[in-house]
Amino acid sequence: MKNKGLTLSQKRSITGLLFILPWLIGFLVFYLRSLIQTVSFSLSRIEFAETGGYTSTFIGLENFRYALFEHADFNQILVNSLVDILIDVPFIIFFSLFIAILLNSRFKGRGLVRAIYFLPILLGSGAVAQTLELATQNIQGGAAAMVQEMTPASGVNMDIIIDVFLDLGLPIRLIDYVEGLVSRIYEIVRASSIQIVIFLAALQSISPALYEVSKIEGATTYETFWKITFPIVSPLILTNVVYTIVDSFVNSEVVRIAYETAFSSYNYGLSSAMSVLSTVMVCIVLTVICVMISKKTFYHN
Amino acid sequence: MKANLIKSKWESIVNDDVKMNKYLRYMHKGKALLFSIFKGVILSGIAFIILGPIISIVSNSFFSPTDVYNPSVFLFPLEPHLGNYKLAAMRLDYFKTLLNSLIYVAGVTLIQIFITSMAGYGFARFDFPFKKLLFACVVITIILPTHTIMLPLYRHFRSWDVLGLISLFRGEPLNLLQSQTPMYILSLFASGLRSGLYIYIFRQFFRGLPKEIEEAALIDGAGTFYTYFRIMLVNAMPAVLTVGIFSMVWQYNDMFYVQLFTMPMDKNLTFRLSTIQSTISFVDRVKDPLISQLYVYAGVVLALLPILIFYLFLQRYFMEGLERSGIVG
Repeated sequence: MKNKGLTLSQKRSITGLLFILPWLIGFLVFYLRSLIQTVSFSLSRIEFAETGGYTSTFIGLENFRYALFEHADFNQILVNSLVDILIDVPFIIFFSLFIAILLNSRFKGRGLVRAIYFLPILLGSGAVAQTLELATQNIQGGAAAMVQEMTPASGVNMDIIIDVFLDLGLPIRLIDYVEGLVSRIYEIVRASSIQIVIFLAALQSISPALYEVSKIEGATTYETFWKITFPIVSPLILTNVVYTIVDSFVNSEVVRIAYETAFSSYNYGLSSAMSVLSTVMVCIVLTVICVMISKKTFYHN
Repeated sequence: MKANLIKSKWESIVNDDVKMNKYLRYMHKGKALLFSIFKGVILSGIAFIILGPIISIVSNSFFSPTDVYNPSVFLFPLEPHLGNYKLAAMRLDYFKTLLNSLIYVAGVTLIQIFITSMAGYGFARFDFPFKKLLFACVVITIILPTHTIMLPLYRHFRSWDVLGLISLFRGEPLNLLQSQTPMYILSLFASGLRSGLYIYIFRQFFRGLPKEIEEAALIDGAGTFYTYFRIMLVNAMPAVLTVGIFSMVWQYNDMFYVQLFTMPMDKNLTFRLSTIQSTISFVDRVKDPLISQLYVYAGVVLALLPILIFYLFLQRYFMEGLERSGIVG
């Protein structure tokens, strides 16, 4: 016998393993080993030798204690970026669902509008985005905007509007929230482009027959949304929440401070501790939110 | 007499119905009109938020220094000139750097498509022990922020060694930093920029393809790898395009890995762009930030141009691919 008794399914499983082999090696060498190393770095003090090697001494949780209680601004930055994310996420989700629904209906020039809305995916990260951000601060163009600021004759004065809302007796917290969102609108639009695409794809997978039936039965648009659109889209809300949280954490200040600690002050142990802390934080937030949302999610198959 | 009465009554009912119908139709049309106006306002408003900075950058890149300080100039420069572009292109060493970074981006993308599609295919079609656990690991690599493992990666490539073989022959491990090799190696083992996401996309797509295609190929005598290569990969074109575009654009835009591995400046256009303002203010003695900013704008336009052209050509396939490739689990 040539095959030494390997069954067909065994052979297939070997082929399958061959297909994922490159990834598996990469995962073990680059991810798993690095993760373990990061954790062990965070528990020790790293000292560099002249030759490029290093010695590490085990110091227990000292790095974590330092990062949380003694470092000048790490815990503040951590909490701030967490709060920012928690504030932004619900809005990004609603916003992207809303825009996806608008983009899903038929109208003239839909292709062009979609192309514009997908632009931020391409421009939303890295060097170009950093430079774009700089330009957004004066969205109306360099010096011209400065002149406008000095002579606030034209344009909308935010303060007046805020005062009007305050006089109406709306709670200050709500006004602050809305004001914060409005002032960060560009970032929010930019951060929600992938979510729009995901929702749009989900909306297009809904069979039109469902809408026809509900229309014949006399359902209003409002009812159709809550009874058809929302349940079918709901599994993707979870996906989008996860994506939003991860993505905004990657771009947050925490990453920058960990990076600087490692490569400017060469404190590898502390930097690793910061990374571990922020990752654990993200994981906790993700688990809590996932448990909360997945209870209310509807899976149709 | 009676017949007449009935007739008139009937006519009035019909009349009422016609009126009612008309009324309802107007209501409906009015509502639809209001809704489309509302939609138009919102969509164009947000489109402006997206396009605004790009428009302002493009217009600013044509400004001459006198336009900057002329308060009556808004969006349209009085003396448009190309001087900003000339200097920016010179300081960026535009064509050479662009070519270098395009080669790099294209190379990494090809490797990514090949390796991640293989892994995706493996996860979609084969059964092997611990498959669920392994796929959970893929999802973890998507979720895990890369900065958690940046230090070990840095150290790993600082003294790169395969099973001690290299130090055996050279006496010391290789230092792969300050080159683009680490990125190629990472992509080769599906651990590059967002590889997990690409594996996920491919897996979803392959799962959606009918099994009959492969069975037919198998019966016709094609081997597994031949089937994958010549049949499945061709059928997965939308997913390949999506991943290709994502990978190209993100790799082109990426700063994190470039900084981490301190890649050479003359091989990466966007990295070079990030220092153009200081280069110009230092070398060309343009100390006024408002004016040196003009060169930054010109540089941004120059750096964006390839992406935008690329996007305009492939935009249709991109959207089709996104919708079909089942990012939607």
